[in-house]
Amino acid sequence: MAEAKHNSDDYLRMYRQMVRIRAFEDQANQLYLSAKMPGLTHMYSGQEAVAVGICEALTPQDHITSTHRGHGHCVAKGADFKAMFCELLGKEEGYCRGKGGSMHIADQSNGNLGANAIVGGSMGIATGAALSHKMLGDGQVTVCFFGDGATAQGLWYEVMNMAALWGLPVIYACENNGYSEYTKTEEIAAGSMTARAEAFGIEAHSIDGQDVLAVNKLSAELVARCRKGEGPFFIELKTYRYHGHHVGDINRDYYRSKDEEAEWKTTRDPITGFGKWLQSEGIVSADDLVAINDAVKQDAEAAVQYALDAAYPDGSEVDMHVYAGTRHALSA
Amino acid sequence: MRQITLGKAVNEAIAEEMRRDDRVFLMGEDVAEAGTPFKITAGLVEEFGTGRVIDTPISEPGFVGMGVGAAMTGTRPIVDLMFGDFLFLVMDQLCNQAAKTHYMSGGKLTVPMVLRTNLGATRRSAAQHSQSLHALVAHIPGLKVALPSSAYEAKGLLKTAIRDDNPVVIFEDKLMYNDKAEVPEEEYLIPFGEAAVLRKGRDITLVGTSSMVQVCLKAADLLEKQGISAEVIDPRTIVPLDEATIVESAKKTSRAIVVDEGHQSYGVSAEIAARIAEKAFYHLDAPVLRFGAMDVPVPFSPALEDLTVPTPEKVAEAAAKICRGELVHAA
Ligand SMILES: Cc1ncc(C[n+]2csc(CCOP(=O)(O)OP(=O)(O)O)c2C)c(N)n1
Ligand SMILES: [Mg+2]
Repeated sequence: MAEAKHNSDDYLRMYRQMVRIRAFEDQANQLYLSAKMPGLTHMYSGQEAVAVGICEALTPQDHITSTHRGHGHCVAKGADFKAMFCELLGKEEGYCRGKGGSMHIADQSNGNLGANAIVGGSMGIATGAALSHKMLGDGQVTVCFFGDGATAQGLWYEVMNMAALWGLPVIYACENNGYSEYTKTEEIAAGSMTARAEAFGIEAHSIDGQDVLAVNKLSAELVARCRKGEGPFFIELKTYRYHGHHVGDINRDYYRSKDEEAEWKTTRDPITGFGKWLQSEGIVSADDLVAINDAVKQDAEAAVQYALDAAYPDGSEVDMHVYAGTRHALSA
Repeated sequence: MRQITLGKAVNEAIAEEMRRDDRVFLMGEDVAEAGTPFKITAGLVEEFGTGRVIDTPISEPGFVGMGVGAAMTGTRPIVDLMFGDFLFLVMDQLCNQAAKTHYMSGGKLTVPMVLRTNLGATRRSAAQHSQSLHALVAHIPGLKVALPSSAYEAKGLLKTAIRDDNPVVIFEDKLMYNDKAEVPEEEYLIPFGEAAVLRKGRDITLVGTSSMVQVCLKAADLLEKQGISAEVIDPRTIVPLDEATIVESAKKTSRAIVVDEGHQSYGVSAEIAARIAEKAFYHLDAPVLRFGAMDVPVPFSPALEDLTVPTPEKVAEAAAKICRGELVHAA
């Protein structure tokens, strides 16, 4: 584990946030398997150290853009379980009043500009947010999360070029989980990831995305440098998704072996690894960790029950929020 | 009143809004020192500097996407898309991102962005620089679409667009940049969703958009010589559309022709004609006709290109026929 300067409260919050993401996803998976959730969803489990390590280096005002695999980013940026589960279930109290769902969850109050169901679709938005903040001179930083698969989208090269030309405070965070859908990364990406950013003169890093302290240390440094006008930056975070591409991707031996999955889960789990480190440093006991895990699980279960009981939006909301400033788009 | 060109009117609208609101900025290819290929934005960089008049690389999806992100986070970009034909390059950012962000976020995020672009054929620019593609974006809920038909409208509508909290696509006819019209010195705005009745008439309603308003006005002159009185309506924005003014006019005159430079099939003329047919049916004495661009890619040769666009003569001929009770089919 790399070292980062923190007090034990910071460490515990990071641990707790990772556990919260895992618990959220376990519940979301159950909702799907028990046919209580409309549609599909993409699980973030296994990648928790990336979202938490990065978002813990940000203020609530700093912006992020997220992806189809976005629950982890949303939780890590400070979102509330109840409003998230309500959104996943299409309920009125959801972050987007049920209009976005899992793939569009956005939490403006914590600077999350939204998940995106177009792979790579938020790269322009993140870079534009950074342009805004540079113009406004407010020192805010934007992090653009995306997967290895999204690096094949041309948009990224266009916006990296402009971000580098104009010195924008944006960090491109590529979560390389080894697969885009059912295809191995090496089959879709020629050359190296870091070289892509370096071609534009962007400082690029490649790190272990399972080590929350290492992720947080690097992120904190790069965020501080972005605030001083030294951006943009690129980070490749090597990580792994535990579930299928989405919750319905159950039989996946044809593209990924069970042994490979077991290997990552048993030897490189970000939560177990960090928990062990916290104990070895004498920051917490094994019992403390169990207590955290149990409390978070209870929170998640209560939030799920809350969301299951919550109301759907009234049918009259269907033509609301089409246009800002127009209450109902279809009844003038 | 003073007369200025449409190009100058656009320039004034941008300058006035940038003076009024620090958050407004302009970005696009060659918008700064060059002032765009049409010289519309000339002089702005001298007044506002390169921080607010930003030359971009040739990366349409990239800078439109950045416009969306900037608009979501506290600034108000005017994004210049050099030719309307390049809309095809930016559809994801415009239609999947900008148009849907407010809705998908349950009203929490807004995208106050203006995309300025153009339309119009007969500039001998061939198939990839001559299209009128406003139907494409008018089809997508969440976007507003403005079609100014004069310097006066170009200024008033653009200023309204810049102040609107939604993504607005405004199409100028690239053949009209040097056309002059009366434009007041003092500030004015033109509200969205309010059609202009440019000429009153009894016998037939001609609805025209953008430069097709001129076609309709000229057709009305031709018809007047034959004793036919045409009413000419300019919707000014097609989203929102002032359906009431159009339908009321059609009910009064009992006949209507819709003229729009988009391709005739599946287009804006069809939409407006359908609304008239639905809502004024029992008042109509003739089928509602459409005139649009011919359903072919825009050809280069002047001998061919001129055949593809609606003309005052063709519109007047069809109007005269239906006023006489003869059955016609649209061109
Ligand atoms: C433009 C676009 N193309 C294809 C898809 C279908 N799709 C959804 S997720 C995905 C894989 C993305 O892989 P990656 O970026 O590595 O993210 P990961 O799923 O591994 O988190 C694909 C192909 C899409 N949503 N958008
Ligand atoms: Mg991937």
